[in-house]
Amino acid sequence: MANSFLSIEGLAKRFPSPDSGSEPLTVFEDVSFSIEKGEFVCIIGHSGCGKSTIMNVLAGLDEATEGGVIMNGKEVKGPSLDRGVVFQNYSLLPWLSALKNVTFAVKARHREWSREQVMAHSYKYLEMVGLSGGAELRKPSQLSGGMRQRVSIARAFAIQPELLLLDEPFGALDALTRGTIQDELLKIWRGTNQTVFMITHDVDEAIYLADRILLMTNGPLARVAESVEVGIPRPRSRDEIVEHPDYYKVRNHLVHFLARRSKELAGTKSTLPGGRPETVRFGDDDTTEPERPNVYAINQ
Amino acid sequence: MELFAKPLPLRLRSIILSVAILALTLTLWELSIPSQKDAGELTEYELLTGGGAPKAGIPPPSEVLSKAWEQLSDPFYDAGPNDKGIGIQIGYSLYRVLTGYFLAAAIAIPLGFLIGMSPLMYKALDPYIQILKPISPLAWMPLALFVIGDSQASAIFVIFICSIWPMLINTAFGVAGVRKDWINVARTHELGSIKTAFTVILPAAAPTILTGMRISIGIAWLVIVAAEMLVGGTGIGYYVWNEWNNLDLTSVIFSILMIGVVGMILDAIFGAVQRGVQYTE
Ligand SMILES: Nc1ncnc2c1ncn2[C@@H]1O[C@H](COP(=O)(O)OP(=O)(O)OP(=O)(O)O)[C@@H](O)[C@H]1O
Ligand SMILES: [Mg+2]
Repeated sequence: MANSFLSIEGLAKRFPSPDSGSEPLTVFEDVSFSIEKGEFVCIIGHSGCGKSTIMNVLAGLDEATEGGVIMNGKEVKGPSLDRGVVFQNYSLLPWLSALKNVTFAVKARHREWSREQVMAHSYKYLEMVGLSGGAELRKPSQLSGGMRQRVSIARAFAIQPELLLLDEPFGALDALTRGTIQDELLKIWRGTNQTVFMITHDVDEAIYLADRILLMTNGPLARVAESVEVGIPRPRSRDEIVEHPDYYKVRNHLVHFLARRSKELAGTKSTLPGGRPETVRFGDDDTTEPERPNVYAINQ
Repeated sequence: MELFAKPLPLRLRSIILSVAILALTLTLWELSIPSQKDAGELTEYELLTGGGAPKAGIPPPSEVLSKAWEQLSDPFYDAGPNDKGIGIQIGYSLYRVLTGYFLAAAIAIPLGFLIGMSPLMYKALDPYIQILKPISPLAWMPLALFVIGDSQASAIFVIFICSIWPMLINTAFGVAGVRKDWINVARTHELGSIKTAFTVILPAAAPTILTGMRISIGIAWLVIVAAEMLVGGTGIGYYVWNEWNNLDLTSVIFSILMIGVVGMILDAIFGAVQRGVQYTE
């Protein structure tokens, strides 16, 4: 595993408890997993289990209490332009136009570029997310939520980071906009050799987008319990994906995990060395799907 | 009567009402003057002889208007130390206000940045700010005159000291309140601290800083009149005081109006700058 593109080793995050005497609050511990170059990985878990915290540690914006992150053989210390972040709340700079928000990033990446180069590059990415023809000159407050989201995606993609970190990027969008932007995201990702790590609450979104889905147990004392491989071939189409024989197997597994096992497994230790998640793979002859009744289409 | 069916726009109605209030006030004022003059023959007599009797009456608005016309048609004449045009006097005051004000800004804004960014500096400097802030700027005058010596520089110092606090406090407050998300944007783009300060923190805090600057310029303009009454020599404050000593109430009223007009213009300028840096989240 040491030669993985990104490897997360024994991560733990503890917060001192409010009253000094008692034990510190452990949000998660023994979180270890790795991501290969070019992979699209989603992470799912209930609210408060520490997904955003893990992402902030990957981004270098936050420090873990224990453990570390190694990317390309080097330990992650502080933020870097190699890791682009799409924040949950977009985090656009509200005093800059959409275009300027993107040029802000491009200028930071390519300090030696001329104005023309910066503009051309920024427009390329704004057009990629379908924002041009005047909308790019407006301030974020004058854009719709979906447009802001796209600016944020354009900003992160324009710096062409090796690793893209997306924190519930489509959480606030309606189904139609969400679908469009998901497809844009896949298109951009497929055209490059980037690696994506994305937090989501949406099971269907995760199956549609990801190569692999990491499942987190509930906090406190959360961990990444399973790594579910989505073997559905690409390019995937939204209509046909549901007809793939693996689709409902994966979906039921995820829903069952969220509905029941995330709670049952909370606080338990991994049986694998180093706290690595158990790999779950469907479609093979020897399916690793555990025996259980098939009635977990709750939530939907 | 279709014409009256729709009321005039609010803006137009407010203008009509403003003009009506002005006309009514001026008329009442104008009409009330002669009866006052008639109240005693002595007053009338003394007015005619131009003597400085303390009972001299309030001039009617027509007189103030003709004074204004006379002064504003040649605002920059200079006929000796006690007889300068209103433009020159206002110029002196503005010079002192702007010098003291921008000196204060040059210190308050960087210092406010430091305080806003560092909880340690905030805690360390807070007691000083809390003690110095409520001191009336004029209370510094004797000390300033003694230490600095020069009355002109002392007036500038008084402006400096009165305009520094709102700018300092607002800058610190604005900088401390910059959203962590925006700082994180700067961090993920590997901006250095100087670059972060200028491209993220400054624009993010600018509306709050400008509010402080606008409050400060208002206070500075209030204080300069009092300061110049004390130090004398030149300036609009001195002018008011001097005309009072000459018992030229027409000039006093005229200069009071001018103080208001200049204050309004200063405020409007800062208001426009403030709108320029405003943003909606
Ligand atoms: N400064 C802090 N002090 C104490 N606890 C904290 C602090 N910051 C975060 N936490 C705790 O850490 C846990 C994980 O937070 P995090 O934001 O990573 O959750 P999340 O998995 O992203 O949840 P969501 O899906 O709701 O976004 C939460 O339970 C939260 O209460
Ligand atoms: Mg979160």
